[in-house]
Amino acid sequence: MATVIIPTPLRKFTNQTAKVQIEAGTIGEVIDRITLDFPELKKHLIDQQGGIRSFVNIFAGDEDIRDLQKEKTPVTHSTVISIVPAIAGGSF
Amino acid sequence: MIVVESGPLAEMKAHALTTFPDECCGFLYGAEQSDGSRMISKVLEVTNSKAGDKKRRFEISGKDYMLAEKFALENDLLLLGIYHSHPKHPAIPSEHDRIAALPYFSYVILSVNPENIDHIRSWQLNEVSQFEEEVFSPEHLNQSI
Repeated sequence: MATVIIPTPLRKFTNQTAKVQIEAGTIGEVIDRITLDFPELKKHLIDQQGGIRSFVNIFAGDEDIRDLQKEKTPVTHSTVISIVPAIAGGSF
Repeated sequence: MIVVESGPLAEMKAHALTTFPDECCGFLYGAEQSDGSRMISKVLEVTNSKAGDKKRRFEISGKDYMLAEKFALENDLLLLGIYHSHPKHPAIPSEHDRIAALPYFSYVILSVNPENIDHIRSWQLNEVSQFEEEVFSPEHLNQSI
C-alpha cells in the first residue's frame, strides 16, 4: 500500500495520524480513498470543481504531480505521497 | 498562549534583520500543552522562494515544507507554525497572509526596520478563517526586542 504523509495542520481530520496507508493505483484514487476514509479532509483538498485545490500540492516521492501525470500519476506499494500545503503571504 | 524560548527568538530576530529589506520566513517547532498553549523550542530558517518582490511577499517551496515535516517526525517535535517578517510594516497579518493561512498553525510576524525589530506578534486562524492574536508569554513580553 502507498503511504500518505498528512501535514500537521490537517491531522486533526485524520485522528492525529501522520501516515496513512492507502491501496490505490493512481494519485487520483489515493485522494478519493483518503477523503472517503476521512471526509473532513475533503474541503481542504478538493475544490468546488472536483480538482485538487490550488493551495494544495501533492508530491509523489520528491516530484510534484503537476510535473508528472497529475491525478493520473501511478503509485506503487513503495510510493510515499506527501500532501503539501502552499505556504505564502506578505506584508500588504 | 505562545512562548518562544530565548534561543529561537534570537534566531528569528537575526534572520529578519539579515534579510531586510526582504521578507524572511521559517518554521516553528516545539510542544503543545493540554491547555493549548505552545512552547517554541526550535526554529528552522528557510529560503524565501517567492519569485519577484520579496520585499512584501514570501513563499516556502513544497520541498522545503516536506523537509520541515520530516524534521518534526525525526526529532519528535511538533511543527506548530510559520514565522515571517514584515519589513517596515506592522506585525499584523495582511489579506495575503490570511488567504494562504492554514488552521492550527501559529503565524509569528516580526515587524522589522533596518536597525532593529519593532514588534513581534503571533496570530492563529479561528473557526471562520479570520486571524486572532495569540497571547505571548510574560517572559517574552519582558524581553527586550
